[in-house]
Amino acid sequence: MGKLCKIAIRNLLRYKRRTLLTTSLIAIGVIFVLVFVAVTGSFKAMMIAQNTDAMLGHLQVHRKGYVASIDNLPLNLNLKAGAIARLEKILNSQPEIATYSPRIKFGAMFSTFVETTNIRLNGVEPERELATVPLLATRVLEGNKTIERGHLWLPELLAKGMKVKVGDTVVIVATNKDGSVNGKSLVVGAILGSVTGPGGRDGYLHIEDAAEILRQQEREISEVAIRLKDFDRLESFGKRLNGLLAGELNQMDKPIFELHTWEKLSPFFNIARMIDVMTFFIKLMLIAIVLVSIMNVMIMAVYERIREIGTMAAIGTLPGKILALFMLEGFSLGVAGAVAGNIFGLLVIGALNIAHISYDFGQQKGFILQAGINPTELAVISAIVIVGAVLASLQPAFKASRMDPIKALRHV
Amino acid sequence: MSLVTATGLEKTYTIGEVRVQAIHGVSFTIDPAAFVAFVGPSGSGKSTLLNMIGCLDKPTAGSLEVAGTDVLALGRKEGALFRGETIGFIFQDFNLLPVLTVYENIEYPLLMVQDTPAAERRDRVTALIEAVGMSEQRDKYPDQLSGGQKQRVAVARALVTNPKLVLADEPTANLDHQTAYRVIELMKKMRDEFATTFIFSTHDPKIVGEAEIIYTLEDGQLKNSNNQGGVHHG
Repeated sequence: MGKLCKIAIRNLLRYKRRTLLTTSLIAIGVIFVLVFVAVTGSFKAMMIAQNTDAMLGHLQVHRKGYVASIDNLPLNLNLKAGAIARLEKILNSQPEIATYSPRIKFGAMFSTFVETTNIRLNGVEPERELATVPLLATRVLEGNKTIERGHLWLPELLAKGMKVKVGDTVVIVATNKDGSVNGKSLVVGAILGSVTGPGGRDGYLHIEDAAEILRQQEREISEVAIRLKDFDRLESFGKRLNGLLAGELNQMDKPIFELHTWEKLSPFFNIARMIDVMTFFIKLMLIAIVLVSIMNVMIMAVYERIREIGTMAAIGTLPGKILALFMLEGFSLGVAGAVAGNIFGLLVIGALNIAHISYDFGQQKGFILQAGINPTELAVISAIVIVGAVLASLQPAFKASRMDPIKALRHV
Repeated sequence: MSLVTATGLEKTYTIGEVRVQAIHGVSFTIDPAAFVAFVGPSGSGKSTLLNMIGCLDKPTAGSLEVAGTDVLALGRKEGALFRGETIGFIFQDFNLLPVLTVYENIEYPLLMVQDTPAAERRDRVTALIEAVGMSEQRDKYPDQLSGGQKQRVAVARALVTNPKLVLADEPTANLDHQTAYRVIELMKKMRDEFATTFIFSTHDPKIVGEAEIIYTLEDGQLKNSNNQGGVHHG
């Protein structure tokens, strides 16, 4: 096999310009795919991180039916004390969970004593919330980075519109599930930068203040946001936790809880899917480039070397070895293109990172592009190129191996 | 026992709607270590006959045994194996593989056809390179050699597998007379050294005289032979 490889490589080097052009074409395709995957991957990772680490968490548990009405923030679909205890028992026994944070979500009236508007609010336990969505604190544009009792984190656009500054006193008025209205004065503790996505323009306050405004006799919560130790295990763990929660039934033998991953809660998951689909089609284009270029070169090689093939066959070279020789030539072209593409692709990705290219995502400005590619993706793209090259060589190689020695030797 | 036994060989080609009788009722036997020439004008059937003896082509009718094997019964793969083990080829255009050096061209059949162990391969190739007088050119590529040198390499390549039979189709057609004569002398010397049967075709009357046994073909039929031993035709 070693000698066969040597002959294959020498044959490729016979036509240096053609080999160089084909290898370059494949390498350019690989570079394009690598850079595309790295850049879109960076954007996708940022987008997922902004959704999961600044707002949603990785998973959320609600009372069954809550998500269908989530736009109304229905207080009558909150989880009650008994259900919360059962849920916490399950969550506390899961080693995959890093932390979780209970939330009371409600809609309220926000008044500056001069103007009034509506606001969506999240009552949270500050330490648990900041551990579950660690990027929340980075959204604080000014003010205190912890949510204290009696304080309100106000979204930036609302603060601007209502001309409210940190330290101002405002009033929150809300109707509880029984229909009674209550209000509470709060101090604006921080102005919060908006993020693109669900809940990206919500305000935050301490969970005890939320319970007080809603006059909760005993603790009720709207949702529990969960953060996993390993985000990559989201799907498998989500399925397992869903199974565990499905076993928790109410008195009517109906499930109490519903579990959603961030993917089901955020419309940006569809953008992430679109990126994946685009990546898939870009890879298909790479396959097409490899197939067309290698097949073209190998057909030419067979045509130009018909007499050589005839000689090899005449002196007793088995058809299988002739087939292997031409397939090795295609394989070598694929390997050379993949290696060159990987090297230059990584260099381009490195250059993009050094250039510190910034971009905006909705209201958020100045994200720095952090293009990166994991070894698995490199291996997959290389495998696509090499397998494509071998497949493209198959037909010309087969033709060479089946050639009639007499006709081949007579070929002019 | 004869090395080649041909009985009533026929070969018909159909080109378009025209049937061409390339070989017609040819019978002969060739003994081991013979030095045989098939002569005749272009289109007389020399190459067709050599192709059939070399298992590259099959007769339309008749029987043909080479080294005790009925070559008509061989399939594509068996035919290739048989050629690799039993027959060496020398071509009019030398047909050396351009990406291999002199040494590697001679080594090729041992490596790619016979899977000979490395040490034995080295010994046989080195011995043959010396025998054909190409030691100084062993690392040169075919495009760095003259026509005569290329044909010497081709002779060595044909002999490296220790074949029972070497077939040479117009081996001197692309060489000047002096070089052609030297190549034929080399083939004869190799025959003497290795006791290999050489069958070659030519239409060069000066080269024909070097053959010990001469067959004349005309319009696909065997006309006469200068049978000085080893060949019998019917």
